[in-house]
Amino acid sequence: MTSLRLLATSIAITTAMSSATFAQTTLTMWYHGAGNEVESNIVNQIISDFNASQSDWVVEMQSFPQAAYNDSVVAGALAGNLPDILDVDGPVMPNWAWSGYMQPLQIDEAKIANYLPGTKGVWNDQLYSIGLWDAAISLVTRKSYLDELGLRVPTLEQPWTGDEFMDALAKAKASGKFDYALDLGTAWTGEWYPYAFSPFLQSFGGDIVDRSTYTTAEGVLNGDAAVEFGNWWQGLFNDGYAQATQDPADRDNGFNSGKYAFSWNGNWAALGTLDAYDDVLFLPAPDFGNGPKIGAASWQFGVSAASEHPEGASAFIEFALQDKYLAEFSNGIGLIPATASAAAMTENYKDGGPLAVFFDLSEAQALVRPVTPGYVVAAKVFEKALADIANGADVQDTLDSAVDEIDADIAKNNSYGF
Amino acid sequence: MASKFTRSNSTGWLMAGPAAVLMGLFIVLPFLFAIGLSFTNQRLISPNPTQFVGLSNYSQLLGIGLLTLEPERDDAGEILREEDGTVSYPALRGYTRNNPDYPQFDGMREWFSVSLGESRTYVLARDVVFAKAVVNTIIFVLVVAPVQGGLALVLALLINQKLRGINVFRAIYFMPVVVSIVVVSLLWRFIYDGQSGLLNNLLGALTFGAFPRIDWLGNPSTALGAIIAMSIWQAVGFHMVIWLSGLQTISPSLYEAAAIEGASKWQTFRYVTWPGLRNTAVLVLIVITMQAFALFAQIDVMTSGGPLDSTQTIVFQAVERGYGKQDISGGSTISVILFVFVLAISLLQRWLTREKK
Amino acid sequence: MAQLSADNHGLRLAVRYTVLGLIALIFVFPLVFMLMSSLKPDAQLLSDTRSLRAFLPVGDISLDNYFDAFRRAPVGLFIFNSVIVTGVTVALTLFICSAAAFAFVFIDWRGRDLVLTLILATLIVPFETIAIPLLLIASKLPWLGLDGLTYGWLNSYQVQIVPFIADGLTIFLFVQYFKDLPGELIEAARVEGASWWQVYRRVVMPLAGPVLATAAILKFLVMYNQYLWPLMVVQEERYRPVMVGLQYFFQLNRAWGEIMAYLSLITVPVLAFYLFLQRAFIASIASTGVKG
Repeated sequence: MTSLRLLATSIAITTAMSSATFAQTTLTMWYHGAGNEVESNIVNQIISDFNASQSDWVVEMQSFPQAAYNDSVVAGALAGNLPDILDVDGPVMPNWAWSGYMQPLQIDEAKIANYLPGTKGVWNDQLYSIGLWDAAISLVTRKSYLDELGLRVPTLEQPWTGDEFMDALAKAKASGKFDYALDLGTAWTGEWYPYAFSPFLQSFGGDIVDRSTYTTAEGVLNGDAAVEFGNWWQGLFNDGYAQATQDPADRDNGFNSGKYAFSWNGNWAALGTLDAYDDVLFLPAPDFGNGPKIGAASWQFGVSAASEHPEGASAFIEFALQDKYLAEFSNGIGLIPATASAAAMTENYKDGGPLAVFFDLSEAQALVRPVTPGYVVAAKVFEKALADIANGADVQDTLDSAVDEIDADIAKNNSYGF
Repeated sequence: MASKFTRSNSTGWLMAGPAAVLMGLFIVLPFLFAIGLSFTNQRLISPNPTQFVGLSNYSQLLGIGLLTLEPERDDAGEILREEDGTVSYPALRGYTRNNPDYPQFDGMREWFSVSLGESRTYVLARDVVFAKAVVNTIIFVLVVAPVQGGLALVLALLINQKLRGINVFRAIYFMPVVVSIVVVSLLWRFIYDGQSGLLNNLLGALTFGAFPRIDWLGNPSTALGAIIAMSIWQAVGFHMVIWLSGLQTISPSLYEAAAIEGASKWQTFRYVTWPGLRNTAVLVLIVITMQAFALFAQIDVMTSGGPLDSTQTIVFQAVERGYGKQDISGGSTISVILFVFVLAISLLQRWLTREKK
Repeated sequence: MAQLSADNHGLRLAVRYTVLGLIALIFVFPLVFMLMSSLKPDAQLLSDTRSLRAFLPVGDISLDNYFDAFRRAPVGLFIFNSVIVTGVTVALTLFICSAAAFAFVFIDWRGRDLVLTLILATLIVPFETIAIPLLLIASKLPWLGLDGLTYGWLNSYQVQIVPFIADGLTIFLFVQYFKDLPGELIEAARVEGASWWQVYRRVVMPLAGPVLATAAILKFLVMYNQYLWPLMVVQEERYRPVMVGLQYFFQLNRAWGEIMAYLSLITVPVLAFYLFLQRAFIASIASTGVKG
């Protein structure tokens, strides 16, 4: 009993002492990188640099595994327990901002003038979040495959047309060398579907919601362009070019072990592929009529609405916006640095670097996912519609009901403020 | 039993009280809260105020309509046919989308349809996915409850014999239960893989390649069956243990008596073992039924309800809506419907198996 | 004659063991797969899945995955947290629920049937459907701890324990079992002047070995596999349990070998607990049937 009291007293004294010696305010931060050693090390480095660079704030980080991060934030918000600084997946940001979880950033706009467009989280004309990196998708293949199949190498200026792309798949299938011509990554359920596949729809001329009003999906997700996209999508599976259900292990390892001729995959997987083959090509998305498109926006930093010290939180985020950190993230986990000057400092994205093409892809083809709080629901509906169509559901009916569900959700939420 | 020695209000409350209070606070109260939510438009996260919406969440889930369509005819009155020879009907979307003549069908979709003579009757549901989820869940329960309960009893009888090393087998049969269902589902995705899965390779080897490769989880006609098989495999040891603890309450003297009477094995089971397992049987059946109705983790890991909704289940839909689509009132409504449904079944079950006096 | 029956006996024994062994194979193979895979590098692990090699420790075998798993996540901490939370909950559950079941079966009190019906009805409520309201409640509850009276249970052990102490399934399990015990025994003890506590402690619980073991292992499994709830109420790593920890291994490019190593590691406590129970309760009770 005595020892317990003694312990309690000594704890109280230590706390009192520490708060007396440093007149600093603690800022809490949540990050999605638990389990990723390299990523955690870089974030920790930034935090300790920041803490050492000034005497007003001390940032303390709590990391979460990525797969559980969004649910943790929502639960934390419901329970009234959000940190000062949090990171947020780009397309989800409007939902959190609209719900009142986040507040606009107080950082100098000039600092981010040269950032890739996909890294800026703007909602309602205000900057809520900023990314140190972007991510991009390319059509991964090998030079030797293209030579063997007699295909030209598409370029940013002259990407493959839809027909050329289908011709490539047909030739790959006819060669008999591959289990499947195309690895779409259907094993990755969740955000991968809208992120990776909605750009195809946009290249056909459709979209997930009508971006001119953000109040309906009618006409864009079930119009002629969307139906054309749906038929094409269904054809990929009906004609045996791709798998509607894929083993996750095939997604991780299939292309690198020669099962697929082409792989639709992100830059984060590129380093592994470069290890596997010495003639890897990262090709731009094909153009289905309305320009080649890929998704944009990755994880970004923002300030929670619950923060009592938004100026401190913003100061930390502004501090993190240094080319050297951008370059470190890129070198560490293969992400695309947000600025050209940071890219020049990296091994992979500098001019002539093996992944430099992704920086160009991001600049040239990237289109952010619909910037609306309703995106979270629309993305789920879109995912299910694509999975159903891939499994043989009627294209028009499926898209119609997806539109109905999205529109009903928008109506239930008073148009999400639009 | 109603003697003054067994009657005590204060002791009864004292001993049952802690459990009752804890369950009231942590299960009953949140569930009452969920019932309340089902009558509102509450979102998981939203700046909009919560509004009372009456029964609209319920009618949205349970709304059903019937529509009979005549075949399409050409100018001469001949019935039009599709390329494959089937009769051609007007597109449903003409009736269910923006058609002011049929407001009652707006937003509905075909659940299933039957041909009656030339015309075709469509059963439309306002929420087809939920309708399919209900049917799948019922199928799951109807298959799993008897099969799993029966297999578990067989296993329990097998390992209730006195054999050297029987404890090793007990431990092994129980092993799948020890591993979390999430983990088991992950492992079985390798087994069910359509390309190089173990199951396909095994069947191929046994039939010298005659058995065609099946994408077990990717095919709407096999996906639910595959999940049922895995679920039975995973949890059968759980119920085996419950049966076993029931078996062990049966006095050996009864078996000795049966042996002296010269009873056959079947007679011993029928007249000694089975009557002694009555309370255990009720327990096993109810526990399996409850667990089967709550089917979620396997679906979440293995199929997410697909392909083509062939593995949608009630609880998966409740979670998908409540959390995934941030529609907490819709998710709550599903749980209330499930509750009422299962309650009705168990009351019926109780009435059917009531002890005849 | 004697010779023949001995042979016959040997043959029957062989058949029995063969049947038991074949069934054992069906139940054990995914676990062998998990264990063997945890010893292999990713590429080999994946290519082995298509043949019987998946079940054999062949090829490039090492413990690297285990070392890597410990480097990626505080595996020991997660297992410790889960064992603490699970162990405390199981102990409290066995006591609270058996006491409640005792009251339902052996004592006659006003409100008994109503309370029992309510408790059994809770069996129908899947946890997923009450998690959000429960979160709102738990985030406001008071707690008297070392730092005095605090509000809100987030980030603690108790938030992972207290809501799960009383559960309908365990009470039901005890109730069904107690019904099989001879009621005259209890009444006789009461007539002889034993207090209710003594009846519970000295008469009923000593007979409850099998059901205690069953309830303990079932509760252990449920608690050890908790995922959704700790995810919602625990933001600090130091309270995280094993199933949330599993997510550390699901990075975009999955390290399957490490996942298998982690899964093998976290299975050890459950298996150990089951084997302990099997020895402690089931085996000793096996021959002492209690039903008259």
